[in-house]
Amino acid sequence: MEAFVLAAADFAGRLGESNQPDLLWARELQALSFAVHIPLTCFGIAFPAMVLFVEGLYLRTGDPTYRALAKRWSKVMLLMFAVGVVTGTILSFELGLLWPNFMATFGDVFGLAFGLEGFSFFIEAIFIAIYVYGWDRLPPRVHLLTGVPIVIAGLTGSLFVISVNGWMNHPVGFDIAANGDIVNVRPWEALFNENFWHEYVHMYFAGTMVVGFLVAAVYARAWLRGDRSKYVRTALVVPLTVAALTAPAQVVIGDWAGRTVADLQPTKLATFEGLAETTEGAPFHFFGWYESDGQIKGGIEIPYLLSILAYHDPNATVQGLDAVAPDDRPGPVNTVRFAFQAMVGIGTLLAVLGLFYAGVYWRKRRLPRTRWFYRGLIAAGPLAVVALIAGWVTTEVGRQPWIVYEVMRVEDAVTDASGLPFAFAAVALVYLALAAAVVWLLRRLASRPPDVEVAEQVDA
Amino acid sequence: MAELCLALAMLGLTAYAVLGSADLGAGLWDLTAGGAERGGRVRGMIQRSMSPVWEANHVWLIFVLVILWTAFPVFFGSIMSTLYVPMFLAALGIIGRGAAFALRGQAATLNEARFLGALFASSSVIVPFCLGAALGGIASGRVPVGNALGAPFESWLNPTSLLIGVLAVVTGAYVSAVYLAADARGAGIEDMVAAFRRRALASGVLAGAIAIGGLFVVRADARDLFDGLTSGGGLVFVALSAVLGAATLALVWTGRVAPARWGSAAAVACVVIGWAFAQSPDLLPGELTFDEAAASDATMTALLVSVAVGMLVLVPSLVYLYRLVLRGDLQQQFEPLDQRFRPITANDHPREEPSP
Ligand code: HDD
Ligand code: HEM
Ligand code: HEM
Repeated sequence: MEAFVLAAADFAGRLGESNQPDLLWARELQALSFAVHIPLTCFGIAFPAMVLFVEGLYLRTGDPTYRALAKRWSKVMLLMFAVGVVTGTILSFELGLLWPNFMATFGDVFGLAFGLEGFSFFIEAIFIAIYVYGWDRLPPRVHLLTGVPIVIAGLTGSLFVISVNGWMNHPVGFDIAANGDIVNVRPWEALFNENFWHEYVHMYFAGTMVVGFLVAAVYARAWLRGDRSKYVRTALVVPLTVAALTAPAQVVIGDWAGRTVADLQPTKLATFEGLAETTEGAPFHFFGWYESDGQIKGGIEIPYLLSILAYHDPNATVQGLDAVAPDDRPGPVNTVRFAFQAMVGIGTLLAVLGLFYAGVYWRKRRLPRTRWFYRGLIAAGPLAVVALIAGWVTTEVGRQPWIVYEVMRVEDAVTDASGLPFAFAAVALVYLALAAAVVWLLRRLASRPPDVEVAEQVDA
Repeated sequence: MAELCLALAMLGLTAYAVLGSADLGAGLWDLTAGGAERGGRVRGMIQRSMSPVWEANHVWLIFVLVILWTAFPVFFGSIMSTLYVPMFLAALGIIGRGAAFALRGQAATLNEARFLGALFASSSVIVPFCLGAALGGIASGRVPVGNALGAPFESWLNPTSLLIGVLAVVTGAYVSAVYLAADARGAGIEDMVAAFRRRALASGVLAGAIAIGGLFVVRADARDLFDGLTSGGGLVFVALSAVLGAATLALVWTGRVAPARWGSAAAVACVVIGWAFAQSPDLLPGELTFDEAAASDATMTALLVSVAVGMLVLVPSLVYLYRLVLRGDLQQQFEPLDQRFRPITANDHPREEPSP
């Protein structure tokens, strides 16, 4: 690490210095695009397995309800995939359009991951088409099997991008020569950097929670309206069970993430709390406001909590923001603080909700009866999305001002092209329109009675 | 090794030029199909044929981008920062295309379908034009190495760029008409075979005329590129492409649309390869050779190994997909778009009763 810090002071990358007055717009545009893409990709990560599970139920029991549900869900899956594809394509363009110097300098270090990812997208695109358009055309068993590659590709597709993000946080697999050249590139080492493992597992569970709670929320509404049909019951129980099992586990994984951050990126960890000075037995403040003088105004102080979170030891010493030069501190600190707290708070709530459901089911073998549970579920879906975005804000804004941690700054990576505010406005408008269209379409799909799906079967 | 990586990028570009432009070209036919009733059958045919393959075709573009930034990072950084305007417009167009694709299958009224169709069609023109114009900027030596050092507009609004942009749009239309004619033949919808044959002939002749006339434009605007295209390997492939193009037209003329499909793809591939020869050994003419631009050996080895392994999975999957498609196993029912909407009254569900 030491060598990087020395080199970073005058490290300008292969395309040379940049002089972009609108850096902030570039960052916001990148953030906006991720915030749109990532929730969509959760459906690629976790939904196919649920669809296949329901189709499997149909094959075992022959009950057309399952078939109707699986078919309906597969249409949603295709829609989400198509929108995920276009938003993902935008991201690929943006990497070059917004951060050309980052790509020119490090493209060969981490590019391998994207290359592998490309193949998994291919597989996903191919089999999702076969699966969705193959209903009633392929023999039932073959049809189920064509879904398996989608499940696998959902796992690997996110694996490789996250490896890139892990690498940006823990850049390994190359050396910097005295003249600033990137030499001795070791792409496989870059691919499996140390930050990758917790990020991947944490993101995978997050994706599962998001889809589980969102889908369950849709059917919780029907349940509250009094619809107790087998269709709604299945559509509620499957995602809910998945979400209820992953939510408590996510807290444990989040703890692992926190300890890795303490280890690899102590400055980022200090930003989670707004810890101005290196402290032994550091506290944690819920809420409150980090002032520029390094104090937290207001908020609820829990003594020793930060030390416990970071090192599982109430007296451990936690490095503060003062350990690095003011220029090298992430900002704005409060953005990271609130994002982190939102994630942890929501994560805890969702874990409680999941445990409650699991407990009732364990003891009484039935769904909870209280209406509050279902109202909670309706809130849980959107909350999980908020936690997801908040988690990424924590990671990404907490990494600032570096695009490649302690090697390259965002202001050196950014493009010199003009018109960034305009680009931001255009993309924002397009995403708004896209979101409206997707919501419109999902409602259209939902408004059709499920027997539409079954009726076609009778014809076939 | 740099050559191998370049060959991969070229392979991806060719695949996208053939498969992606067939999809994008279809948008043009959608646009010009005429009024709701007259054009309904044409639009229905397009919807039927393109839905199952759209996404797989599109991934080739991502493949190209990824190979470029991994194997030739400085090249990638330089073109994206100088050619930001056309690249950005193309990206927006891609959103429009994807959205139209995803949504139109569910449109419930003719007006909705029309709106989405217009979106599809306009992005179908924007995307190939912008990408073609960007290629023209590269080929005519207007992109320097560096962070946005080239001219933001002149780099893609110049004679060569305009030529290649227009050519990309027309070629896409041609490839797609041939593909759709062959597909209609497979499905036994003869009036659509005739309709798309007519379109293929018209756009094929036009594409040929633009290509030939364009040589003079290139000669005046980008002499080095012209010399490359008219000597050595460049000349061989340009000539081959012309022969293939003419042969394909003859096949379409005589109604043999199925083999024409392969011929038109090969003609497009020859143009891409001819261009590579014409420019070699430069990636950015006069600025950067591909040896200079190449990533480290370790990276390229890793990339080639992983692509080779990936192909082992990808090729059989693609074969499976296209076999199902060619057999018609995945195509949705042929449903003229205007008819789909006929039985609808104000606010009911159109698909509840499949029309007999
Ligand atoms: C549903 C989503 C969700 C939930 C409930 C949680 N997280 Fe999280 N968290 C994410 C979704 C997420 C994420 C979006 O997936 C991130 C962004 C980067 C990453 O690896 O995962 C993330 C990052 C992230 C990081 C930063 C990792 C880094 O910068 O490398 C930490 C320390 C935590 N999380 C800790 C927690 C804790 C202690 C939680 C306990 C309640 C928790 N998260 C719940
Ligand atoms: C690979 C997975 C990556 C993920 C999931 C990811 C996710 C995110 C998210 C969620 C945000 C902030 C969202 C918000 O503020 O609403 C963000 C911000 C950002 N990301 Fe990443 N990112 C990734 C990789 C990258 C890459 C490859 C780049 C650049 C080349 C990048 C550069 C940035 C920048 C500059 C910001 C703005 C930070 C700020 O607003 O302070 N990230 N990213
Ligand atoms: C947490 C971060 C990310 C995750 C989890 C993720 C995951 C996925 C997944 C699962 C898909 C498949 C499509 C779907 O199911 O909707 C997808 C699509 C895509 N993603 Fe991301 N992605 C992330 C960030 C990025 C980044 C940083 C890029 C930038 C290069 C990117 C580029 C793409 C592209 C190009 C596609 C389209 C693939 C296709 O055509 O099939 N993604 N992403």
